[in-house]
Amino acid sequence: MTILILLAVVLGVMVLVRLMNIVQLSTQVSGYEETEDDQIRENNWAALGLMVFMIVGLGLTVLMIYVYGSHLLPVSASEHGVSLDKLLNVNWFIIGFVFFATQIVLFYFAHKYRHTKGKKAYFYPMNHKLEIIWTVIPTIVLSILIITGLREWHKILMADKKDAINVQVYGYQFAWITRYSGNDNVLGKSNYKLITDDNPLGLDTSDPAMKDDVYTTGNEMHIPLGKEINFQFNARDVIHSAYFPHFRAQMNLVPGMNTFFSFKPTITTEEMRKITKNEKFDYILLCNKICGVAHYTMAMKVVVDTPEDFKKWVRKQKKAKEIPTTPSMAEEGNINKDVTATL
Amino acid sequence: MEVKNTVTAEHVHHVDHHDDEHHHESFWTKYIFSQDHKMIAKQYLTLAIVMAFIGMFMSIIFRLQLGFPDTKFGFLESVLGKWGKGGKLDPGFYLALVTIHGTIMVFFVLTAGLSGTFSNLLIPFQVGARDMASGFLNMLSFWFFFLSSVVMLWSVFIETGPAAGGWTVYPPLSALPQAMPGSGFGMTLWLLSMAFFIVQSLMGGINYIVTVLNLRTKGMAMSRLPLTIWAFLITAILGLLTFPVLLAAVLLLVFDRSFGTSFYLSDIFIGGVPLPQTGGSPILYEHLFWFLGHPEVYIVLLPALGLTSEIISTMSRKPIFGYKAMVGSLCAIAFLSCIVWGHHMFVTGMNPFLGTVFTITTLMVAIPSAVKVFNYLATLWRANIQFSPAMCFAIGLVSLFISGGLTGIILGDSALDINVHDTYFVVAHFHVVMGAVATFGMLAGVYHWFPRMFGRMMNKTLGYVHFWFTIISVYGVFFPMHFVGLAGVPRRYYANSAYEGFDYFLSVNQLITVFAIIGGIAQFIFLFNFIYSAFKGKKATQNPWNSTTIEWTSPVGPGIHGNWAGPTPTVYRWPYDYSKPGAEKDFIPQTVPFSETKSSNLPGEE
Ligand code: HEM
Ligand SMILES: [Cu+2]
Ligand SMILES: [Cu+2]
Repeated sequence: MTILILLAVVLGVMVLVRLMNIVQLSTQVSGYEETEDDQIRENNWAALGLMVFMIVGLGLTVLMIYVYGSHLLPVSASEHGVSLDKLLNVNWFIIGFVFFATQIVLFYFAHKYRHTKGKKAYFYPMNHKLEIIWTVIPTIVLSILIITGLREWHKILMADKKDAINVQVYGYQFAWITRYSGNDNVLGKSNYKLITDDNPLGLDTSDPAMKDDVYTTGNEMHIPLGKEINFQFNARDVIHSAYFPHFRAQMNLVPGMNTFFSFKPTITTEEMRKITKNEKFDYILLCNKICGVAHYTMAMKVVVDTPEDFKKWVRKQKKAKEIPTTPSMAEEGNINKDVTATL
Repeated sequence: MEVKNTVTAEHVHHVDHHDDEHHHESFWTKYIFSQDHKMIAKQYLTLAIVMAFIGMFMSIIFRLQLGFPDTKFGFLESVLGKWGKGGKLDPGFYLALVTIHGTIMVFFVLTAGLSGTFSNLLIPFQVGARDMASGFLNMLSFWFFFLSSVVMLWSVFIETGPAAGGWTVYPPLSALPQAMPGSGFGMTLWLLSMAFFIVQSLMGGINYIVTVLNLRTKGMAMSRLPLTIWAFLITAILGLLTFPVLLAAVLLLVFDRSFGTSFYLSDIFIGGVPLPQTGGSPILYEHLFWFLGHPEVYIVLLPALGLTSEIISTMSRKPIFGYKAMVGSLCAIAFLSCIVWGHHMFVTGMNPFLGTVFTITTLMVAIPSAVKVFNYLATLWRANIQFSPAMCFAIGLVSLFISGGLTGIILGDSALDINVHDTYFVVAHFHVVMGAVATFGMLAGVYHWFPRMFGRMMNKTLGYVHFWFTIISVYGVFFPMHFVGLAGVPRRYYANSAYEGFDYFLSVNQLITVFAIIGGIAQFIFLFNFIYSAFKGKKATQNPWNSTTIEWTSPVGPGIHGNWAGPTPTVYRWPYDYSKPGAEKDFIPQTVPFSETKSSNLPGEE
């Protein structure tokens, strides 16, 4: 590959040097003035070039959609993701139409109305009716897109999700920990001042809600199929972002704040392996907010299990109540302040 | 008739000579500490071009890493020293390069380079003023820009490396030196440099606004201003309203870094210890940053659109379609751009209801933008187009503006943004709609007004070659990048090794890198043409593009003090009387009164 690059560089430089020679020569031929014919010839070439550029460009666009399109994300593995993908496709359809139409018109006009001998432009400074038409039509189309988009947004982030399982996703430079709330479905309180090697989440073991909490120690999280999961995100040090591309889900982790996102997984890892025809397929959780030098390594495998397998797996995780007890900090009154964002 | 207000070449010489004797201009006052808007414009342009090449060089280095993550490039070690040990780019330095590349391109090249160059050059020329309202402030503004550039470049050479938290420098990452090496002294320099930059931008902005509002020549009503001037005016107002907010954000960050305050910090455990700060919010910084950050996009975009409007109209030999709608849409875009910043924060944990509001305002920006595109298309309809290199770039700009604007519809939709936020889709989008459009506007402007700056023409053939290489490589780099993003590949990643699912896109990344290199090399064609033509180019004629605006009535050549030897020209009409039926020629300069064009006057024009 280095050779290829070198080749490209050398070729480029050679072309450049050659061009410079030509310029120098042509400006040295003193007294030579471009004639009108020369100009028109140049103009024709430029216009033709633009036309060819448009045709080839749009052709390549179609080709890229065809070739790359099949390597994008597989079918959404979450419930809301399916309707989000539909919405995305509607948007793409409209965008694609406008893209093709306007680019074709632009380059077609550029070619068709190029200067030729004796041509005169048409003095046409304004037309109110046209202005109104092309203000109103985009307004209508955009209104439809806004309304359909916001409907999804409300369903995803503003609806009341009862019966959801509470799970904490905790990020720090450069790894993840997941905590499950256990039978009471309440995440016990935590405090960043309690963090030690034995207590990486800073859990307050004196909180009764803590006794059934468990958290992961390996670089893997499991979630059960078909259950709405309400993620609470917390960061230890800097902002991170929990990005689950296959579930069409993302939320930032902000120090000092609880943030939330919930989704319902609908396809197990096993099933997705069949759908993608890829034995080794795995879901992934990626950090998607620059968080330091090793940001690009901050990833965790996500496994969607059947609820039974999930239960078995959870039992094997580390129990919060096994954390060596630390002095309770509850008195200090700075525990788990619900600093929810209202800014 | 249009010679009325122009001066013959001999006369110019005489005046020039006379002037020289009078002022005893030394090299220093003429070229370095100049207060002449024409010289300051050239200073801005020169420094911006230097910065652009540095920014481009950085992008090529990190593109090599993205395209060929497993290849060792021996030259990296000799160029970067410890950051390129063994021919491998250091991951921390990768982020530093991305950060400084972004900062340089957005602020130093496209903000200072566009407004600084063309507002300075064209505002006095096109409104018929002898110079900027305050030449001294104008000079200071350039030197603050220079200082700011020097500090930014200095930061690249320090021990711990430059700022590396991304051009948005979100705290806590940027506030805590423990978080990454780039958040040490490099970050301090970044903040210092930005503070200087904001100062230069405010000084420049005030000058532009005052000059446009107060120093217009006789007859130059606001409704007769060329669209370039409208764009510069609105840009300057926008900058004046939003840059101070960035300064506030930067200052608070300085306090958090150095004086133990907690504006942005709360509940942080890092480096094995809990920090004392509580009660701050990183989200506050994001709000403050994007309150400038989004309008900033339009601060680089609007001047480019202004230049393009002028070039498209002139080279189409046709009035710009819908002058009033163009001014109106400029104002609407500028206004809306101040209330959409939250679309950068849909998934930050901001209250989802705010997301709703920002989605609505954001998608509303698409309306005036669409109007602009349709007006450009209508201007081209039944035109008589002369493809100068400037016009080629202007057409390319419209094409890129369409491509980049449309993907904004996806990103502006809060629900759809969830899955593409911070992926390469965003990188592709903003490079097309901001980076490429503004760059094309700038290049078009340089080709078009080069004769006004240097009194010489740029070489046309080289111009065409430059254009073709540039547009092909811009699309070659950024079009495939959309697909990389749609596949879920995050931005600001040193390598995509964390997930096998991304392996397929390595080949796409290679393709992108190859185009980036081709595009980068092509810019040397421009550089050569620029330098060569400035000294040896063909001498320009008085009005090389047969333009109506009054900058072409000032003496040919680099220009004289005060711009016009006699009184400043009087203006009688709007700037777009191209191909008016009944007129002798296909353009009527703004300086020609209606009484002399009886045959072409429309009803109402006496
Ligand atoms: C030579 C042409 C260019 C190439 C190949 C290029 C490529 C790139 C790439 C690959 C990134 C890294 C994206 C990421 O990891 O997040 C980037 C970042 C960026 N570029 Fe460029 N770019 C070019 C020109 C420009 C121009 C003209 C602008 C002006 C707007 C620009 C503005 C930015 C910004 C703002 C960032 C974001 C930096 C950050 O993430 O903090 N680039 N560029
Ligand atoms: Cu992270
Ligand atoms: Cu924005």
